[in-house]
Amino acid sequence: MIDSLYRWVDDRLNISGGTRKLLNKIFPDHWSFMLGEIALYSFVILVLTGIFLSLYFVPSQKDVIYHGSYLPLDGTHMSEAYASTINLSFSVRTGLLMRQMHHWAANIFVGSIVVHMCRIFFTGGFRRPREFNWIIGVNLLILAIFNGFLGYSLPDDLVSGTGIRIAFSILEALPIVGSYLATFLFGGNYPGTAIIPRFFILHVLILPAIIAALIGAHLGLLVKQKHTQFAGNGATERNVVGSPMWPIFIAKTNGFLFLVAGVTAALGAAVQINPIWQYGPYVPYHVSYAVQPDWYMGWLDGALRVMPSWEIVFPGHMIPNAFFPGILLPGITFTLLMMWPMLEARIRNDTLEHQILEEPRNNPWRTSIGAAVLSFYFVLFGASATDVLANYLQVSLNTVLITFRVLCILVPLIVGPVTYKICLELQHQHRPTKTKRHNIVMRSAEGGYSTIEVQARPGDERTILPPIPVDAMILVNDDGEPILADGGPVTVGAGAGPGAGSGRGNGSRGLFRIPRSYR
Amino acid sequence: MPDSPDTPDTPDSTGGVPAAGAVPQSPGHEGATGTPAGAHPSDSPNGPDSQPPTMVKVSINAPQFQVAAAHPERVERGIAVMFVLGLLGFAGFGAAYYQNAANYWLGGSLAVGFFGLGVGMVAWGKYLMPRGPFSESRHSAAPTEEEREAFLTDFSSRGKVAVERRGFLLKILGVVGGVFGIVAMFPLLRSLGPLPKNMFYVTKWRKGSYLTTSDGRRVHVDDLDVGSVMTVFPQDDVGGAMSQTMLIRISTVNVITAADRKSWGPAGYVAFSKVCTHAGCPVALYQKLIEELLCPCHQSIFDIGPDPDHPGWYTPAMPVFGPAPRPLPQLALYIDRQGYLRAQGPYYEPVGPGFWERGAQGIAQ
Ligand code: HEM
Ligand code: FES
Repeated sequence: MIDSLYRWVDDRLNISGGTRKLLNKIFPDHWSFMLGEIALYSFVILVLTGIFLSLYFVPSQKDVIYHGSYLPLDGTHMSEAYASTINLSFSVRTGLLMRQMHHWAANIFVGSIVVHMCRIFFTGGFRRPREFNWIIGVNLLILAIFNGFLGYSLPDDLVSGTGIRIAFSILEALPIVGSYLATFLFGGNYPGTAIIPRFFILHVLILPAIIAALIGAHLGLLVKQKHTQFAGNGATERNVVGSPMWPIFIAKTNGFLFLVAGVTAALGAAVQINPIWQYGPYVPYHVSYAVQPDWYMGWLDGALRVMPSWEIVFPGHMIPNAFFPGILLPGITFTLLMMWPMLEARIRNDTLEHQILEEPRNNPWRTSIGAAVLSFYFVLFGASATDVLANYLQVSLNTVLITFRVLCILVPLIVGPVTYKICLELQHQHRPTKTKRHNIVMRSAEGGYSTIEVQARPGDERTILPPIPVDAMILVNDDGEPILADGGPVTVGAGAGPGAGSGRGNGSRGLFRIPRSYR
Repeated sequence: MPDSPDTPDTPDSTGGVPAAGAVPQSPGHEGATGTPAGAHPSDSPNGPDSQPPTMVKVSINAPQFQVAAAHPERVERGIAVMFVLGLLGFAGFGAAYYQNAANYWLGGSLAVGFFGLGVGMVAWGKYLMPRGPFSESRHSAAPTEEEREAFLTDFSSRGKVAVERRGFLLKILGVVGGVFGIVAMFPLLRSLGPLPKNMFYVTKWRKGSYLTTSDGRRVHVDDLDVGSVMTVFPQDDVGGAMSQTMLIRISTVNVITAADRKSWGPAGYVAFSKVCTHAGCPVALYQKLIEELLCPCHQSIFDIGPDPDHPGWYTPAMPVFGPAPRPLPQLALYIDRQGYLRAQGPYYEPVGPGFWERGAQGIAQ
């Protein structure tokens, strides 16, 4: 049955010829390669939970008076968007869970993208030929942050409404076209009645579609160009060592999808996130104290805070203050990020292909630059909590702000050289061995201590096996006979004829084929 | 479903090395021949290419094909337990849904379900499948020079015939495309909203507008005690985001904040735009003791205390701290014969954050 169905489809789509190579695709076994998978799977969870939410959320700024199951807000004026989110949280079964899972997944999504990017950066995974995938990745990061902001703005609560207000001001701060873009996007002066419906369509349709397309391109390139890998275990510039797609990677990665889903579900169950009923509906002349945006907007919020009160004014025109932290900073950040592979190739005069990743310590130059830049954004992130810190530390806002302005410059200047030094130190340190070995610590009668290293026992040391090339092997049984899908014998070398190189019938066999019992 | 595909069951395999290893054999040896699909040597910028991989015979008993677990049945049992746990989790989720249970039951059971499934699958892949390592060959991402040459030849030779001789048509095509691009912007962008025109320069405040509270009451001169504040709007824009104004009673006598504002603060009342000049948040916090207005968004502070240079005068909401670049515009007030507070006229400059067309004075052109 399965056999004839498979044949039916295969005769039309040629799965056997086209997809076999994919089964053999090798995935390196290093843990850091999971970071991109976390991003991928949190995106899956975002889409699934997001579909649920979109069935109940009403993207409208129409004023309504709330009468629902959340009594503290009974009789309050609010927008339909806010009211529907309250209903989603209190009156729709699993609604609160889906909301919280969606929000947690968004935070994990952006977080894993950032960490994934750091891993690619610090190991040099972006070098030729992977510049395109790096650029796609940076665009994914921008889109992810942007879509996060849009989603978080949809409920029209007091906290996110304030964020939209700031977004309007930042748009307005764009030279030449700013006023136009702002009034176009908002359908008039702030606040208007159009922004929630427009954010909604961007958030649930346009940006996710672009993100999905870019993820497709990202992974497509990954298959085409194959993975990078760390040195060792038989890895060379001419191979990829690890586990094949089928069945090992498929099993692990699907399990991983469920683990990411499990973490999101656990967080959605146990850790409250964005309790908009506590913030209240958005009212343009109200504001809540100690408002923090989602973490990935923190660096921008911090930048808005530490920016000195400058504005460039010339006759008839001005470049407003919010332009510098709100547009110039992210503009420079993402442009430099995107150009980094080309910049580095130019600066280091290295235009060769690289398939073997670098240990960060072995490229102190890049590692220290990366660490310094990263620390700058960490300081900005910290600066988004100036008010909370001032309160907490019982010092004046003034002191905290000035401190952060200084730290913005000082910390990167310290982190850079220190990282450089640490890299050099690490290079000279001998590598810790992978296998743990027990030592015996002896205490002598006089109270002195001495350590005896225990000899490795048989089985203690890791046997490093040579990798088996899945794309160039003939699996044989005990008698040295090639094993075939149908179990029959094969004439060795049968594929060396005219069919060789066509990908079919050339004697090259996949690692795992449909076992006999299936046919 | 076979539970460990194609993997021979090797109970307590501790990674012992069977005779047949995976040592690649040279061509000719054992008669293994043939080149796998696509395994061309290519001129790599990274030095000489290795030999094209030849087919190697690999015994199914090679250590790489053995499962990683030392005790596969135990692992299998453990995985089964995890899957059953997953089943229980999902069943629990169904029950919790049916019972309309609290969020942590719903999410908790779902999490258990996913964790059971996830741990089981990962363990299956990690311990019950061939431990490897495996490898595949790779080649330079760049095409060979011949491939490139062949492509470019095809492209330009055909292109010459079909396109280059028709350069004129190509130019028209370019113009048509450009025009389409421009007109497409109209529906895509222009119909989204109105032109800004003087939108950022004016608010709803007019000469004679009543200062009105958020619940629609007119503000009377007796309404505020010294040291208290209130948000006010023109009567035709109650709750308006751009016209929101902070009314503060600083004293009981006329408040002067500048030489040309001698009459703007009758009976100790002063009014400033509540829209922050930094990024537009409501400057909502009045700190009575230090006579400052604070914007909670990025902590800009505007001074409304006594003017140190002019005894008896007050500071007109000058930014003294934080990113706000300009003072909050002041609304000129008067008290009508019934004792109601009213505006002498509109704001004399645009309220709120800066924008490109706004010059130093911010006067509408
Ligand atoms: C939606 C977001 C993203 C998803 C779903 C995603 C997914 C993945 C996956 C699954 C891999 C393969 C395994 C790995 O190396 O982790 C990968 C590789 C890669 N990613 Fe991403 N990624 C995302 C964002 C980014 C970003 C922001 C960057 C960099 C700015 C980036 C750059 C790369 C590069 C250069 C590779 C190839 C490196 C290699 O082969 O090891 N990705 N991505
Ligand atoms: S909006 Fe007021 S300080 Fe930024």
